Amino acid sequence: MIYFQLIYEFFKIGLFAIGGGMATLPFLMDLTERYDWYTKAELTNMIAISQSTPGPVGINMATYAGYNAAGVFGAITATLALTAPALVIIMVIAKFLADFSENKAVQAAFYGIRPAVAALIGYAVWELVKISLSVTNGSQITGIDYPGAFICLASFGIMQIKYCRKLHPLVWIAAGAIIGILLKL
Amino acid sequence: MKKHYAKPSGKLLAELYISFFKIGALTFGGGLAMLPMLKRELVESKHWVTEEEILDMYAIGQCTPGIIAVNTATFVGFQKGGIPGGITATLGMVSPSLLIICLIASILKSFITLPAVQHALAGIRIFVCAMMMQTVVTMAQKGVKDKLGVFLFLAGFLTASFTPVPLALVVAASALVGIIAKRREAKQA
Repeated sequence: MIYFQLIYEFFKIGLFAIGGGMATLPFLMDLTERYDWYTKAELTNMIAISQSTPGPVGINMATYAGYNAAGVFGAITATLALTAPALVIIMVIAKFLADFSENKAVQAAFYGIRPAVAALIGYAVWELVKISLSVTNGSQITGIDYPGAFICLASFGIMQIKYCRKLHPLVWIAAGAIIGILLKL
Repeated sequence: MKKHYAKPSGKLLAELYISFFKIGALTFGGGLAMLPMLKRELVESKHWVTEEEILDMYAIGQCTPGIIAVNTATFVGFQKGGIPGGITATLGMVSPSLLIICLIASILKSFITLPAVQHALAGIRIFVCAMMMQTVVTMAQKGVKDKLGVFLFLAGFLTASFTPVPLALVVAASALVGIIAKRREAKQA
């Protein structure tokens, strides 16, 4: 039954996605390998919409993934399952462990987790780049989408300028939509 | 920190729900982008917590599972109204996302076949790639501090890309490596 699968998968994501909303991305990418709830291309759309609508990005993405899998009740199920582990953990920490983030063992664990989380997001982004910037024939990648790759690298370059890096994601998403329509990508 | 939690009144729970609903509905992006709004609503308007407590919460949120903004809601709700308060605040925080995303997803479903929408999404996907590449760079800069960090980054990336090892195991193993490395460091010192 799809609701049990959603609860199982999103509870797991809620337990292991550490360090904020984007840490859920590699797990959402992983789901495309095992379920037909959404494709990698749809996941890219979900990121764009989650970043340009109100609310925490991680919650928005889970809601969207759940909606794609099983409609409105899927959305509610995925979101509640995602938040359940943290709900319990945070209340326990609030009650018993006032100095949790200063704990030596916790800091040591995070010394290892931070590079790993960056790596996992790197993996998910590489998967996104592969499908977004390639010419495909069905699910088979047949070549590089040169105009797309050029626009991607150019905008990545512009993002290295400090002022531009601080722009809201909505600005980039709007720019992408306009360029997409003008160039008929 | 308070040790005893009174049974919260219905009025308090309603206030918690509405406050966090407002925060969820009016902030874009989550994480640090939410900080000014949290401050305005929880510190300046409601006087539920101090600014220091919110910053502490962010520190905890970064080293606990889950979404940082939601964890803050759980924490504040729990402090004000015990377990029912924590649950109510959390539900308030996620409700706007549920409403807005379901609405947009259902609208998009009926427009996705239009050529203009297809072109726009194709363009947006390219910019999402660039933005996400930037996210990885920023996170790697913050998280990779030394040789062990470089090793864990490469090992994590290669494991995720080329092996069927579950991602959760990569996270757990990296935590273990971090603990062992710090312990050896302490022994040598």
